[in-house]
Formats: sequence, C-alpha cells, structure tokens
Amino acid sequence: MLDGAEGPAKQKAMDLLVRYGEALGAENFVDVTNIAGVPGSSTMFLHEYYKEHGGGSFEDVFSRFDLDSDESVPFPKVGGNCCHLQGGMDPELWGQQGMSRGAFEHQQQDEAELVRHGVKLLKTCTPYLAGNMPAYGEHCAWMESSAVVFCNSVVGARTNTEGRESTSAAMITGRIPDWGFHRDESRRGTHLIQVDVPVQSVMDWGMLGYFIGDAVQENIPVLIGNGVGKLGRPDLIRHKHFGAAAASSGGVEMYHIVGVTPEAPSLDTAFRSRKPQATIHYGPAERRRVYETLNSNGRDLNVDYVMLGCPHASIDQIGEAARLLDGKKIRSGSSLWLFTSRAVKSVADLHGYTQTIRDAGGLVMTDTCSAIGRMLPDGTKVVALDSAKQVHYLPAIMGIEAWFGSTEDCIRAALTGRWSGELR
Amino acid sequence: MTSTKIILRGRKVVGGCAEGEALVTRDTISGWGGIDPMTGTVIETHHELRGVSFKDKVLVFPGAKGSSGWSAAFHLARIAGFAPKAMIFNVMTTKIALGAVVTRAPAVTDLEQDPLSVIETGDWVKVDGDRGIVEVTKAEITKKTPL
Repeated sequence: MLDGAEGPAKQKAMDLLVRYGEALGAENFVDVTNIAGVPGSSTMFLHEYYKEHGGGSFEDVFSRFDLDSDESVPFPKVGGNCCHLQGGMDPELWGQQGMSRGAFEHQQQDEAELVRHGVKLLKTCTPYLAGNMPAYGEHCAWMESSAVVFCNSVVGARTNTEGRESTSAAMITGRIPDWGFHRDESRRGTHLIQVDVPVQSVMDWGMLGYFIGDAVQENIPVLIGNGVGKLGRPDLIRHKHFGAAAASSGGVEMYHIVGVTPEAPSLDTAFRSRKPQATIHYGPAERRRVYETLNSNGRDLNVDYVMLGCPHASIDQIGEAARLLDGKKIRSGSSLWLFTSRAVKSVADLHGYTQTIRDAGGLVMTDTCSAIGRMLPDGTKVVALDSAKQVHYLPAIMGIEAWFGSTEDCIRAALTGRWSGELR
Repeated sequence: MTSTKIILRGRKVVGGCAEGEALVTRDTISGWGGIDPMTGTVIETHHELRGVSFKDKVLVFPGAKGSSGWSAAFHLARIAGFAPKAMIFNVMTTKIALGAVVTRAPAVTDLEQDPLSVIETGDWVKVDGDRGIVEVTKAEITKKTPL
C-alpha cells in the first residue's frame, strides 16, 4: 500500500500509519475489522480554512486533516465494519441547540459523503448500543474513551484509544499499529481495588469509576468486593457509567472485575499470575470524598438545566426518565435535554417515551451532547448531571456550575428548579 | 551571563530539528477539553499551566491524558498557527504518539535523564528528532541547582 500500488488514498493513509507506528515504537501492524471514528467531519472553521488551503470539499478535508496529507486524494469506499461516532448537532432540533442553518446543511453534505463511502452513521458515543458490538478478541480501532474502555473490558475485544487521524487511516487500510491493548501482555491487571462499601446503583458505579481513574491513572484496575454484597454484578448501564468515569478522571482503557469481565475468571488470571503493583481500598470515606469532588463546581442551588445521557442513554435509561416525568411538568424557565443515539431514539419513539418526556417539557436529542456540541439552553448558569464524566468536562468547557447526583435527583431538580441531591 | 549546555539522549518520536524556549509542566496534558487550539493555551481547570500559551515553545511534559480527541486538538492548533515547536515527554501513549505526528513537531521520549528535572521553563532547548538528541542551554547557572 505504501508504494502507491493500491491508489493514492491508501498510500497517504499508510504513510500516516507508518509514522504513527514508528512514534509508538511498534514493530508490526495488526489487521482491524471494526473501526469507529469521526471521518471527514468538519466544523465551519476547518471547512473555511481548507477552502483557503487546498480546497473545502469533503475529500479535501478528509485528505488534509484526517490523513495529514499535503495533497488531496480521492476518498475510496471504506473496508470492514466502519462507523461514525458522535457528531455536532441533532438532525432536527439543531435550531434549539443554537446551530445555524449553514452549519446544519454542511453537516448533511458530510453525512451524504459518509453514506456514499460505506461509513455507518451511528452518530453516538455508544456504538455498542446502536448496531456495532465487536466480538470477543476482535481487533478494533476505536476512538471515544468511554467506548474504548467498554470494548476492551466488557466485550474483550482489543483496541487502543485511537484518534481521528488513525481511525480514518484504518478505515481505508484495515491496519493499525500492533501495540498496547492488541497484545496479551498489555492487558494484564496492575492495581488491585478492594471495594469495602456496597456499590449497587448507577450513581455509585459512576462514583467508583471516578475514584479509580484518579487513583490508577493510565493503569489497569482489578476490582473485587471485600465481602458478600459489596460489589453488585454490574449491568450494561453500570459498566457504561463506570468505564466512562474511570476514563475521565484518569486514562483507564481497560478494567477487570473478577468473576464478571471476560478476561478475569479469577484474580490470578486477571493479574496473569503477577503481583499487583498496589492495593487500593474504596470505603465509605473514599465514597464521600468522591461525591464531594464531583459536586465541587456547585454553589447555587437554583438549577436551570438538566442534562441526561452521558454516555448516550440506553433505552432503559430513557424509559426511567419517562417514568419519572410521566404526567409532570418541568418548572418553567428550566430545561431538560436527554441525549442518545438515533437508533435508540427510534425505539424510544415507538414506546412513547419521547412523547412523554416532551409532554413534560423535556427534549430527547441525538448525535451529540452539551460538551461535544458546546451547546446549552439559553441563559444556563447551573446544570444538574447524573454522569461523572459530564461533570468532569462540562463546567470546564462551558464555564457553568454543576451538580452531580442520581437520575432521580436530576429529574427532581428539573421539576422543582432546585438542587436537593444528597449522598444516601 | 554564563551558560551551560546539557545533552540528553533519547528516542525519536517525530523527526526534524527545532529549537525554542522550554515550557515545562509536571502535569499531564489533555487535548480535547484541556487546551484551546484556537489560542494555543491550556484551559483545564486545575492545570498548573492554565491560561499559559505553548505556541512556539518546546513543550516538556510527562505525557497525554483524557479524551481521544488529543491528536485532533493539537492538529487543529497546528493549522491555526498555535502549535508548540517541539515536544519532549516521558510516557508513551497512543494519544501522544499520534498527536506528535500530526502536530509535525520534532519530538523525543525515553531520555536517559528525566527531562522534567533537567529542563526548566525559560531554558533554550534544541531538539534533533531524527537522532533523538536534546541540547539544553541553561539561561544562567542558578545556585540552587548545581550541575
């Protein structure tokens, strides 16, 4: 491919991957069959910039930004199972999100190109809930830290945290450097986490993830419950919130839960017969401290915005929000936006959840979130969130105050306009 | 003013030569959500470089953390004209490897001494990415750090 025999796009993509592989110190490439990225997406800035520097078409942006090429090359059809992750705006509610018609039309053009070239428009940070579930052991090239940690830990598929340029190049070449999580030796647990306090609710799993990410940073935690009932068996939603939080406060790309995740049938297997570098305890004091950290951006108890769906909500989470809002009204002057994927929203529509939430004054939106799209309801000063990951990012990005609690705490804040969450 | 030169040897990450004033931090750096590519400054809430610009500096730091948008954020900083001149770091990750490649700034890692201890903000640093060599010129010999 590098010699150009398979066309200029593969040549440029391979050139980038060789430079990337050399930077890592990798010796080989591995074949990847499942790739999740954000190919060719351009903000208005990128679009305008490349108009002045080589051309503003989709192909120009893809060549020059995604493939880091100094010339534009034709974009071939992608190989393998390729999908587009989250994007910049809702395809219907973009106006309410503060986006211009120009930006929306530009996004539509980008999407048409992606469809034409075989990239699936899942438009979500949770591709595994929207039609792209990798298989155990499958070599993948995924972006999105919360999806990466899910892919490695819960599924047992193999991916590093890739970036926009490497996933785009992998979509064309089917290759990624054989480094890190593609290799057995890099999947071994490093730190033992003993959970001494019951962890059952989604909120508790989010807090535990946030604690562990901060404690182990880039390492691989192995969780065990210290006594019966301490560590419940997490379901899909709990894994999603736990992993996303651990990948935000630290750089956790893989975790093991003994007896739960596929590469940890036993403690010894999780550590591949080596000793943990350290043992860390999570008890009532640690739990209290992480709750306070997550609420350190909150001062004003008057809440004007509630954002749910980080990472994008599952159908059960939308069902829960609908149940809590059924027959009620969000306080006037407050907003509730719930984010999910287009696939999951279509099921929510079918079940009437979207309408129930709308009747209460809330909106179900797709594709993006407040942090990714940098979008807030007009005049937002204080937000309530049920996601440790979103609390980590949103106040820093948008300069607002934030409260963290359960989904129920957040919905109560939407109904009353007041924050009344507490650690129970 | 006297000056002293220190040579550090390491491994090439990205080739090419560049020199400039060092900007050193002991905090890892986030890309997306951690820097503003359109101004070349660190924006992360509790970061010791918050509000500081890395444009045209030789950025010396432990490594990358955070979102998978790391490379795209630094890539954007490059095309907006706010990229660092070179990068020197300790911990290799996919985020920083790809980020350094698309920033197209000479970069080295695996140095024989910890660059965070040897290099101070304000030192003049030459980076030869191809040979993996870093040449540090101390602006002056300070009494607190005998070398």
